[in-house]
Amino acid sequence: MTTHTLSVLVENKPGVLARIAGLFSRRGFNIDSLAVGPTEHPEVSRMTIVVNVESSPLEQVTKQLNKLVEVIKIVELDPTTSVTRELVMVKVAANVETRGSVLEIVQLFRAKVIDIAPDAIAMQITGNAGKIADFLTMLEPFGIRELVQSGQVAIGRGSRSISERSLRPVAVPVAPAHAG
Amino acid sequence: MSAEITGAQSLVKSLEAAGTETIFGIPGGAILPAYDPLMDSSIRHILVRHEQGAGHAAQGYAAATGRVGVCMATSGPGATNLVTPIADAHMDSVPMVAVTGQVGASMIGTDAFQEADIRGITMPITKHNFLVTDPRDIPRTIAEAFHIASTGRPGPVLVDIAKSALQAQTTYDWPSEIHLPGYRPVTRPHAKQIREATRLLLEARKPVLYVGGGTIRANASRELLALAELTGIPVVTTLMALGAFPDSHPQHLGMPGMHGTVAAVAGLQKSDLIISLGARFDDRVTGNLDSFAPGAKVIHADIDPAEIGKNRHADVPIVGDVREVLIDLHAALAAEAEAGHTGDYEGWVSFLSGVKATYPLGYDKPANGLSPQYVIERLGAIAGPDTIYTSGVGQHQMWAAHYVKYQKPRTWLNSGGLGTMGYSVPAAMGAKVGMPDTTVWAIDGDGCFQMTNQELATCAINDIPIKVAIINNESLGMVRQWQTLFYNERYSNTDLHSKRIPDFVKLADAYGCIGLACESPDDVDATIDKAMQINDVPVVVDFRVHRDAMVWPMVAAGTSNDEIKYARDLAPDFAENDL
Repeated sequence: MTTHTLSVLVENKPGVLARIAGLFSRRGFNIDSLAVGPTEHPEVSRMTIVVNVESSPLEQVTKQLNKLVEVIKIVELDPTTSVTRELVMVKVAANVETRGSVLEIVQLFRAKVIDIAPDAIAMQITGNAGKIADFLTMLEPFGIRELVQSGQVAIGRGSRSISERSLRPVAVPVAPAHAG
Repeated sequence: MSAEITGAQSLVKSLEAAGTETIFGIPGGAILPAYDPLMDSSIRHILVRHEQGAGHAAQGYAAATGRVGVCMATSGPGATNLVTPIADAHMDSVPMVAVTGQVGASMIGTDAFQEADIRGITMPITKHNFLVTDPRDIPRTIAEAFHIASTGRPGPVLVDIAKSALQAQTTYDWPSEIHLPGYRPVTRPHAKQIREATRLLLEARKPVLYVGGGTIRANASRELLALAELTGIPVVTTLMALGAFPDSHPQHLGMPGMHGTVAAVAGLQKSDLIISLGARFDDRVTGNLDSFAPGAKVIHADIDPAEIGKNRHADVPIVGDVREVLIDLHAALAAEAEAGHTGDYEGWVSFLSGVKATYPLGYDKPANGLSPQYVIERLGAIAGPDTIYTSGVGQHQMWAAHYVKYQKPRTWLNSGGLGTMGYSVPAAMGAKVGMPDTTVWAIDGDGCFQMTNQELATCAINDIPIKVAIINNESLGMVRQWQTLFYNERYSNTDLHSKRIPDFVKLADAYGCIGLACESPDDVDATIDKAMQINDVPVVVDFRVHRDAMVWPMVAAGTSNDEIKYARDLAPDFAENDL
């Protein structure tokens, strides 16, 4: 099994997320991570879906996704020509004695403190999956109280945009009513 | 600016503009506003007795005519009763639009009376679906629904409309064009793929045309015949494709699959090249996939790219409309033939002719009683190839597939993918409404018939004179056959006692139909003749057949097609070296 990152452009309409999630579960695929948000075009949303499958079932799921009327385009992002990021917010127990050590880790990883209390620190970190895993390993001994993680988002390198060609409007004439 | 009308009026005008002639449906609270303007519309609304009947009738109408079938129901239970026919239409690629009423927009999500999230429920079983809460969206949504249902790979589209949208004032504006950025079906096959397919066809020694229901949906029968006759390649037609190629044609090997002919199963299994045309390598055709046609390369042509390579690897994938694919292949192969290049299939054709002659379809007639196969064989012979036949699901379906003898497309309508018992009577009703001058016979089982026979009332009242042949073996026959073969003849819950209860002749009479019964082979022809002469009311014939007849040939579920049995404990004897 290998990890694949799919960028999916969809029409920004209610129910699209349910359709896509339903399709994955119906065809027996697990989604590792899913992130949805608006794009530079208000009528289009972009989903970044990370799945862990062999390439032949991935092709099938991509084809099935493409059949959804509200799915405009699907691109698999090659890790060597794309950048991926996720965001983690984590709350760690830290009192007067341990706070300094925690802040040292924050600096090392270029994370950020977003809240502080007498017995805890909340931090945020962005990065790829590897950096985040290392960061959490370092924090573990202090006692992780709470953790929340965004889905992965990804973008291709270079000047090309995946939405360039696919969003050109194509109008289909409505077929005239059949005679008789 | 056009005048203000209600959303309901806008809906009816939109359905008219989309070309709707007939709607099968039942009114109820949430859809009620739409039924008022429907009274003044050019659209014929046929009031069915159960929404499932409305859905199957729309399917039968669509499958017989090629036009979009339309059904209508209210919210909640009305809509959920449409779920089975919608799923059926999805599996068998039937163009259908289902319009359902929904509770008022402000009530959605409150568990209101007769509320069901039908859009959510039907997401996995529709090609697409809509929930409309703004009346201004009604015309565009209906236009999109018909476009999606009828183009590309056809399928069902559900439009759920909130009652508040139907009641609100709006303006009607039928769109001249629609924008669906994510929906662009490819119909023209790629020239490179056609060239590659042509090369494989000329190199092959044992090719077979594997014809699926897509060939009928694409109206490609004429083009199929032309390609088959140009090349001499043997043809198999799946259950969904019966009639796409004449059963009487010498190149026709029959239906492949679990209950396929020995020649058709062998034709696929031993081929070196399968040309799949609008078929989908369904498990009922392939048997155990790992041992299916082990020596065959595959050219897979389908309008739905997701079908290509789904079950079986395709050496040459061709995305396109089957008719266009056949036209292009024909042109390429005709040009090759001009240049003196034709395939050499002689040994293969003669091998398969031998198999076909050695293992024809056949059945044993019982010493006493009526054989179901005989009834269906005679029905096909007397009613002829211009009649439309529908069937339910089970033994009678397989016998109808084998013994009617189809010569033309759209004369055989049945539930192939979903396998819905009860499809037959309402589908026949829909087919008869779409093709009023054609004789329509529903070949049904006694189990299937009891699931949807309430539509006989609809047929009798609305002058829809269908004919129903009940193949009454007083049991759930196919299940019983499996119990005979695989469960030591322990007949758990398959005995329906339908020779005793109900009395089908009286039931027909009660529904305003003519009821006939037949239990002797000597009376079969006369009974069918009599039924053929009644054209003003529906006819129901109770053919009381013996219950132990079994469907042969058979490939047991999950086993290899090499394990086909011609009859019980009788395997055909053909070895690789026969080729």
